Amino acid sequence: MPMFSFEQDPGANFGELLKRVGLSPFGDSLPVNEILVPHATTCVALRCANGVVMAGDRRATSGNLISHREMEKVVQADQFSGVAIAGAAGPAMEMVKLFQLQIEHYEKVEGQSLSLEGKANQLSMFVRSNLPAAMQGFMVVPIFAGYDTLLNHGRLWNYDATGGRYEEHDFVATGSGMLHAGTVLRMGWRRDMTVDDGVVLTARALWEASVADSATGGPDALRGIYPVIASITSDGFARIDDARLKNTYDEIAKGVGQQ
Amino acid sequence: MSMPFYVAPEQMMKDRADYARKGIARGRALIALQYIDGIALVAENPSNTLRKISEIYDRIAFAGVGKYNEFDQLRVAGVRAADLKGYQFSRLDVDARGLANQYAQILGQTFTHEMKPLEVEILVAEVGLTQEQDQLFHIMYDGTVIDEHQFTVLGGDMEAIRTRLVERFVPQASLQDAVKFAHQALSLNDQQIASSELEVAVLVRNNSRRCFSRLSEATIVQYLA
Repeated sequence: MPMFSFEQDPGANFGELLKRVGLSPFGDSLPVNEILVPHATTCVALRCANGVVMAGDRRATSGNLISHREMEKVVQADQFSGVAIAGAAGPAMEMVKLFQLQIEHYEKVEGQSLSLEGKANQLSMFVRSNLPAAMQGFMVVPIFAGYDTLLNHGRLWNYDATGGRYEEHDFVATGSGMLHAGTVLRMGWRRDMTVDDGVVLTARALWEASVADSATGGPDALRGIYPVIASITSDGFARIDDARLKNTYDEIAKGVGQQ
Repeated sequence: MSMPFYVAPEQMMKDRADYARKGIARGRALIALQYIDGIALVAENPSNTLRKISEIYDRIAFAGVGKYNEFDQLRVAGVRAADLKGYQFSRLDVDARGLANQYAQILGQTFTHEMKPLEVEILVAEVGLTQEQDQLFHIMYDGTVIDEHQFTVLGGDMEAIRTRLVERFVPQASLQDAVKFAHQALSLNDQQIASSELEVAVLVRNNSRRCFSRLSEATIVQYLA
């Protein structure tokens, strides 16, 4: 059982604890310049009247090949927050796993949850410690969103590869399809949107991104694969089920057909 | 040069055990008992912030009586061991038995090799998929591990409280009844413990990942009414 002297004690910091016991996955600089690893793409999030909506497509690509059709890029971090990731799939998934663990570890050691701001800051440190790997092509760029139980509204954060953390007030898009998805959000976003409006708008944003960007997957009715869309409100994190997304995309397809 | 007095090992161990027992007896007691949907942990604790009962992992809870700083240190070490194991292998590989053994090592080591034994008694509880799979490991100040069934009592006045609990306990009780039984058993000399001085947490046998939760003071008041 790991026990530490007073000076060596890592406190509630799980990353530091991993370093102390020699299990840290960060900071290893790799001698390779470029390896083809699966990349994940296009995630969006927006703020609505009573929370946030996050969405991400399901495709992972290695160069021009589709390496995975049903990757889940929007992940629940804890009861009131979620992370969406774009970038190299391996490091990104590892980062999300560590982030979830860090939040839970802190809560158990300290006896209370981190504030939403604290969680956003923690994620920024994880992104920054991935910088050496990002320089070699394994970039990870997440979005963090959640419901702030102290302020009683939804909040969003965007990151860059150096760990820069930027709070957004309306909406945010990341990944290779971010330009197209971002434009759809900019056109459709309204301050008083409901969660349901938000689900439809993010679904539409991913649709347009998948039409114009080969690395973003659209809804796959044949295999029954739809983007992961989730809402976070005062009731907590809730994933929108596929049956509802199927209807949403049928409507969008009908509209496009009529054009 | 002065020679230290010879102390027989039996005497030394007895002195240490007496010292630890006295320290533990000063603190207030704690009960863990099965109920129909899980395990309830009930402690007499006047503080609303310094906890005796806490979460270690998905299905595992920790409870300690005795000296607060000592069992809290053990609690944090347990959370670390569990989170590291779950990270390194799988969440399914973290179990109460493994943790109990590690705790027993630490307590046993400290008891024989350090100046002062730890003045604590701890409990590692794990809720299983069925009531038969529930586990309660009661670990003493000297590292003795007791694999308890159905219920266990930690801390001062253990025997008297156990006797009172045996009279009432039924494994098929509802949570409300289980909390009532524990409250009655803890209230010795027919002096009822105020509901504000009760700390109650549960490990609920359900489908969610994290089974541990605390009962709010309002709920406790309602249960004891």
